[in-house]
Amino acid sequence: MKKVLSISALIFLFLNFSAKSDAEEVKDCFEGLNRATFAFNQGLDKAILKPIANGYRKLPMPIRTGTSNVLSNLSNLVTIPNNILQGDLKTAGVNTARLTVNTTIGIFGIFDVAQQMGFVKDYKKEDYGQTLGKWGVKEGCYLVLPILGPTTLRDSIGAVASILGGDPWYNVTVKNDTQYFKDSDYFVSRGSDGINFRSKNLEAFENLEKNSMDFYASVRSLYLQDRKQKIINSNKVIDTQDDSDWDDLQTN
Amino acid sequence: MIKKNFKILIFVVFFLYFNTISNAIEPDVFVQSTVNRASATLSKDISKKEKMLELQELARDTVDISGIGLYTLGKYRKEINEDQKKKYSELFENYFLKSFSSRLSEYSNPKINVVSKDKKNEKYTIVSSILVATKDRPEVKIDWRIYTKNPEKPLIRDLIIEGLSLARTQKEEFASIIKSNENNIEALFQNLEKFINE
Repeated sequence: MKKVLSISALIFLFLNFSAKSDAEEVKDCFEGLNRATFAFNQGLDKAILKPIANGYRKLPMPIRTGTSNVLSNLSNLVTIPNNILQGDLKTAGVNTARLTVNTTIGIFGIFDVAQQMGFVKDYKKEDYGQTLGKWGVKEGCYLVLPILGPTTLRDSIGAVASILGGDPWYNVTVKNDTQYFKDSDYFVSRGSDGINFRSKNLEAFENLEKNSMDFYASVRSLYLQDRKQKIINSNKVIDTQDDSDWDDLQTN
Repeated sequence: MIKKNFKILIFVVFFLYFNTISNAIEPDVFVQSTVNRASATLSKDISKKEKMLELQELARDTVDISGIGLYTLGKYRKEINEDQKKKYSELFENYFLKSFSSRLSEYSNPKINVVSKDKKNEKYTIVSSILVATKDRPEVKIDWRIYTKNPEKPLIRDLIIEGLSLARTQKEEFASIIKSNENNIEALFQNLEKFINE
C-alpha cells in the first residue's frame, strides 16, 4: 500500500510539475537521458529494425497487406474498451462488429472484409493513453524508452494499464497460461507491428533525419503533435497549431 | 449632378470589385498548379542538381519563405535586433531552399490530388489533398495552409502531413537548438550555416 502511495505521489509530482510550465514549452524533464536513449535506439534501428523493415518491404504485396490487416484487427481488442471509456459507444459497437466479421469471415483478420462491406471506413486506433488525454490528464514529461521509443508520462501509464489487464491479447498470451497461445505470440505481434510501421515510413524517416539539424527535437515534436491529434480525433488541422503565432506575421 | 456622380461612383466600385475578383487565384487551383509544376520538374530527364534548382525557383514563387522564417523563430523573433533579423532572414532562405528541394527531389513524380478547401478567414484557407498510395507506402493526407492576404498572389505557409505541421516541427527544432545553447541565437545561425554549406 505504501509503495502504491509513493508511486502515485511521484506521478502526481511529475504531472503537476509539467502543468506549471509554460504552455508552449515542450516538457522534456529528462532531456539529457532522453537524448542518450534516443541515440541508443537509433543505433538499434540502424543495426536491426531498418534492415528487417527493408527486407519486409520486398515481400509480396498481399503478404504485407494481410499482416497489416491482422495487426490492425488485433488492435481492436484495446481500441474497443477505450471507445467505451471515452463514452463513444457507437464506435465501440461498430469496431466490435468489425472485429467479429474480420476474425471469422476474414480468417483471423487477414482480409478486411468489414471495410469491403463498407460499414467501417475510417478505423482509428485508441489506447489508454489517449483515453487519459480525453479525460483531461496532461501529457506530463516527455520520455524516450529503450527499444520502445518516444512516449510521455501519461502514455506510459496507459501502457501499464494495458499490461495490468487492459489488453485482452496480452492477457491470453502472456498474463494467463492458456493452452491456445504462447508468450511469443504477443511479442511476435508487437515486433511485427514495429516492423510494419517502420517499413511504411522508411523514406519519410530518412528524409527527416537528412534534413534535420536536431533530429531528436524533430522526432519529439512530431510524436507530441501526433498524440494530440489522436486524442482530439479531429481532422481540423487548425487545432494542432497556435494560430496566434501566425496572426501578427505580415509579409505581403 | 449628384445623381450622375453617384452613377459614376457605383460604376467605379463595380469595376474595381470585378477587376479584383477576376485576378484572384483560388487557393485550391493554386495548390494543384503548384503540385503540377513540381511534378513536371520531378519527372524531367535532368540531373538531380538541375531538378533542385528548378524546385528552388518554384519555392521562391509559391512559398512565403520570410513568413515561415519569422514563424519558426517563435518568441525569439521579438528578442533579436535588426542586424540579427537581417542575418537570420538570409540564412533561413538559403536553409529553406536547400531543405525544400532536397526533400522533394527524392520523390519521382508524386501524384497529389486536391480534394477540398476550407476558408478559415480572409487571410487563410486550408486546402486538403491526397498523396496517392504506391506499392511501398500508404495514401498520405496533406493539408496546405495558404496565406491569402493578397488574393492575387496566394502563398504556402505550412504543410500539414497527416495532422503534423512541418512549420511547427521546424519551430520546435529551432527552439531546441537555441535553448540547449543557453538561449544564444548565434548557435542557431551557426547550425544554419553548417547545414547550408554541407
